[in-house]
Amino acid sequence: MPRPLEPVSQGTRVTLGISFFVLFVAAWAFATLGGFVSRTFLADPITMLQDGWLLLTRFGFLGDIGITVWRVVGGFILAAIIAVPLGIMMGAYKSFEAFVEPFVSFARYLPASAFVPLLILWAGIGEMQKLLVIFIGSVFQIILMVAVAVGNTRRDLVEAAYTLGSSDKGVVRRVLIPANAPEIAEILRLVLGWAWTYVIVAELIGSSSGIGHMIIDSQALLATGQMIFGIIIIGIIGLISDFLFKAVNRKLFPWRLA
Amino acid sequence: MSTTILQIDNVSRVFPGVRGGVPVRALEPTNLQVEQNDFITILGPSGCGKSTLLRIVAGLDRPTDGRVLLNGREIKGPGADRGMVFQSYTLFPWLTIAENIAYGLREKGVPKAQRQEIVASYTEKVGLRGFENHYPKQLSGGMQQRTAIARALANDPEILLLDEPFGALDNQTRGLMQELLLGIWERERKTVLFVTHDIEEAIFLASRVIVMSARPGRIKADIPVELPHPRHYTMKTTPEFSSLKAQLTEEIRVEAIQAEGVH
Repeated sequence: MPRPLEPVSQGTRVTLGISFFVLFVAAWAFATLGGFVSRTFLADPITMLQDGWLLLTRFGFLGDIGITVWRVVGGFILAAIIAVPLGIMMGAYKSFEAFVEPFVSFARYLPASAFVPLLILWAGIGEMQKLLVIFIGSVFQIILMVAVAVGNTRRDLVEAAYTLGSSDKGVVRRVLIPANAPEIAEILRLVLGWAWTYVIVAELIGSSSGIGHMIIDSQALLATGQMIFGIIIIGIIGLISDFLFKAVNRKLFPWRLA
Repeated sequence: MSTTILQIDNVSRVFPGVRGGVPVRALEPTNLQVEQNDFITILGPSGCGKSTLLRIVAGLDRPTDGRVLLNGREIKGPGADRGMVFQSYTLFPWLTIAENIAYGLREKGVPKAQRQEIVASYTEKVGLRGFENHYPKQLSGGMQQRTAIARALANDPEILLLDEPFGALDNQTRGLMQELLLGIWERERKTVLFVTHDIEEAIFLASRVIVMSARPGRIKADIPVELPHPRHYTMKTTPEFSSLKAQLTEEIRVEAIQAEGVH
């Protein structure tokens, strides 16, 4: 039996990680190819791959993937540009925090998906509406999480900066921001993951392109292979973006690992 | 002829009671004059207000009453004219050792070439050559505190304040650090205010030991240390040193007993 908290080697870690995927697909194949589940409800892995191939080569699914990625990244960057400075301000200045924190906390619980009908009314069914759904879903989360991180900055580091001659602005710029930069990057990585769920919701309603739209279309045709292929593609993109984010963070903040 | 650099005038500190509790008087009205080039150690049991006094001088805490004058000007807040070394490791973890030492100079707007020169000289003085590009995490506790001393000194402050800077270090390292700090002081003739609860450390470093009483903090004794300079660690075993140590041990013991409520 493994001991609690005992580390495992890198090789074991990778092998174990991959074997779960293998096990998952095997169970799926067994259930579908073995005839235990009706094909109407769940396609088998081979059909799924064939359907996927067809989608990519015949139906321009790559374009759908591209447009979905663009929406997520666009809405997310818009939210980050506005939320990160606000969060830093909130964490640094307590009067500002007292002013906006109650509202942001309230707004955070407004479900982004519930805004979809309203946003269609306001912004139509164009790209703006998709971006806004993701924006609303991400912006308040980022503000609050960044504010908490900045507010928890080690007091002794701030005091040290003051005794070294930093001004109030200097403390924000040269202590609060660099001290929390890795944490802020980590927050963005997390929220980007959530943004993916919002984009699909936005695309399920009133959309003529994107992965979510394809999934809804496939439902009408009972093409479960295509639907599953779409869902898996989202998972893979999420995995890749997570990996990239982590790699960039490692590169940007070597002192964290030093 | 010595000149007064720092004057503590009737400074007291009362912390407001938590949740309607009774206010805590941490520091009785205290007077202290620090002369240029003094090395003063403030010795007392924990909770005697010695750190509070130092933080007030640093400008990180405000006195409830009284005032502190540095070169005749009243202290209103923290500033680069008073360098501070904390007990906790307060190097900026995202900056390298050289960048940490240069921090204050950068804030002051010292040009890069001059900055590098000063940083190099202090890296040398605290024996950290070859570690300029390391991050604090990669250094031992002793090395981190040496960097913190260099960082404070690079700013060329009027007075150096140290709040139990070697408290978290092991005994051997602490001894080496004391010698290093004393060596710098002997060479550069800085004015130093050093808070500690370690009697040996207080005597070895000081030209004057201030003994503080248990809460509420109050200066109980002001004892000059006439041991010759330069001091070597072997001095800690001389009869003069031992008799001073015996005297201070007695003073502190009474306070510690009182602080602990043991009679």
